[in-house]
Amino acid sequence: MADINLNGINNMQYDVLREIGNIGAGNATTALSQMINAKVSMNVPKVELLEFKELSDIVGGAEKIVVGILFTLDGDVDGMMMFMMDKLASMHLVNILLGNMEETKPTEETEFSEMGLSALNEIGNIISGAYLSSLSSLTNLTITTSIPYMAIDMAGAILSVPAIEFGKIGDKALLIETEFGDKDNYVNGYFILIPTLKSYSSILKSLGL
Amino acid sequence: MNKTIKVGMADANVCRPPDLIATLGLGSCVGVVLYDPVKKIAGLVHVMLPDSTKIINNSNKYKFADTGIVTLIQDMVDIGAIRRNIVAKIAGGAQMFSFVNNLEMMRIGDRNVEATKQKLAELGIPILAEDTGANYGRTIEFNPDTGLLHIKSFGKELLIL
Repeated sequence: MADINLNGINNMQYDVLREIGNIGAGNATTALSQMINAKVSMNVPKVELLEFKELSDIVGGAEKIVVGILFTLDGDVDGMMMFMMDKLASMHLVNILLGNMEETKPTEETEFSEMGLSALNEIGNIISGAYLSSLSSLTNLTITTSIPYMAIDMAGAILSVPAIEFGKIGDKALLIETEFGDKDNYVNGYFILIPTLKSYSSILKSLGL
Repeated sequence: MNKTIKVGMADANVCRPPDLIATLGLGSCVGVVLYDPVKKIAGLVHVMLPDSTKIINNSNKYKFADTGIVTLIQDMVDIGAIRRNIVAKIAGGAQMFSFVNNLEMMRIGDRNVEATKQKLAELGIPILAEDTGANYGRTIEFNPDTGLLHIKSFGKELLIL
């Protein structure tokens, strides 16, 4: 039962994985909302089994410029965790945090300052940490994360990194994706959890499935 | 009416004028454009991994540099390209994140480029131009009529090869 087959995931497994996304992202959005002192809501997590060519559609197209903060996971669950935000949204977030609100509105061309980049890394760290620690306490599994790796580039290019890891074992990627945003949609983005196939089994097994 | 044929990750397609063929947001993957300048038939494959023989699940031929290139040549010949006319232009193979402690993951872009070049050399297909490596993503678009490859990257000038 705990064995997961990419071609035939049953409804029960889908539900459990969706719930994991719910709990993880719930904690992460709470952390984010405390950081910026505003309400941040999230949508119902999606558990998606995608072909590689469909992968970048989930975040709004392969060419969209995003900030991707990637963590590699190790321990009982290995794989990758990606925190992805629209470039403008992440600039907005950094401005809120650093108190730069009076500065001119950021545009697509604005560059991050050193300070901004470092703040962004830290945001990624805290938020992903909140996601993963709730996952870890729910399942009783040890999850260690790498330092954050950040890239600002086209979504397709950034997603190629986890896609390649999945490509080594199959032709599809199974991921748990949650979209979040504040009410004005200034600060919106995605959490994408991409465990390896083996780790999906560990997660499901730990929950008695 | 010309259209742009889009090729996704681990996929391939062929194209003739007036259509264009493109792949968006290439990261560590490599976009291999093969082209018969006489028949004006082009093909594009978006390869993710260097070597099909190292992977157990290798049913998708376009996922790998070795099998992807061979299969694409056949696809082109099937619609009228002449094998000995075929030349190549390649792009991609970036290192998107600077992983500090995972050498294998760090070098995947380079290895994709190496494997692509090796396969093309083996098949005797000359590489007319390339834009590979570095640490940024690329969108590439090939025009089989002119034989030009347009490469767009975030925050960079359009490159025409």
